Amino acid sequence: MTAPDMPDCSQTIKELDLFLDGELSDRERDAVRHHLDGCMDCLGAFDFHAELKIVVATKCNNDEMPPGLLSKIEQCFGVDFDGDGIIG
Amino acid sequence: MADQADFADQAMQYAPQLYSAALRMTRNRADAEDLVQECYLKGFRSFHTFTEGTNLRAWLFRILTNTYINKYRAKQRRPDESDLGEIEDLYLYKNLGTFDDPSIGRSAEESLMAMLPDDEVKQALESLPDNFRIPVILADVDGFAYKEIAEMLEIPIGTVMSRLHRGRKAMQKALHDYALARGLVAAESAGAVDGSPGQEN
Repeated sequence: MTAPDMPDCSQTIKELDLFLDGELSDRERDAVRHHLDGCMDCLGAFDFHAELKIVVATKCNNDEMPPGLLSKIEQCFGVDFDGDGIIG
Repeated sequence: MADQADFADQAMQYAPQLYSAALRMTRNRADAEDLVQECYLKGFRSFHTFTEGTNLRAWLFRILTNTYINKYRAKQRRPDESDLGEIEDLYLYKNLGTFDDPSIGRSAEESLMAMLPDDEVKQALESLPDNFRIPVILADVDGFAYKEIAEMLEIPIGTVMSRLHRGRKAMQKALHDYALARGLVAAESAGAVDGSPGQEN
């Protein structure tokens, strides 16, 4: 796999984060898409990072909550509802 | 003005994501549980300041993040940004050249999903210093926009961007180190970059 190295490529790769994070303007996004349509090297890099982002989001957000955490939280709300100013 | 009686109904749905984020921040279950509980208590007590119709999820994450920074981060060493060293752009992609293997008919995502155990991805994220870890959690795990993260952390958007960029690269290096150690990628492919300056940190 070759690293993208045309001038257009380096500009496009600089915008990888912004593109994948949805932080580009419509016009900037279209320019990146236009480049990706004709550049397999950059497309490969963008694809990879888009997928890595999904992997990270999925694997780092699946922890099982400790049993009883929800009821502890709700119990605290209950105490405060009584208006005695004591939490827990 | 938001009514406190509605708080539980509206806010409890976010508990699993807040708990995962808290665990990535504190790196241990007991502190994460305390942090989430404290976040909900603070949210409950100050719910009258929440503007209805705005983003409750972002509001809760802001409380979570601030509580973590004020309470837990003070206990820890605060690493300098240079601790991450210099890591080349597209680190993992460049070093996993044969990774997306069309011959076995899997996309890169499926390969990554299959190859990287959940715990390793979590550890790669948790290995980052706070300054980098928190923006990466907020952006990549919880999907917040740069502007929202900048507001939560009270830092400029440009700082959010540079910390995300550097934090992600360091995370990719940690994932690559894992894949190397497990023999999932050829050591050969990493040789070219492992000798680069500033790498050993």
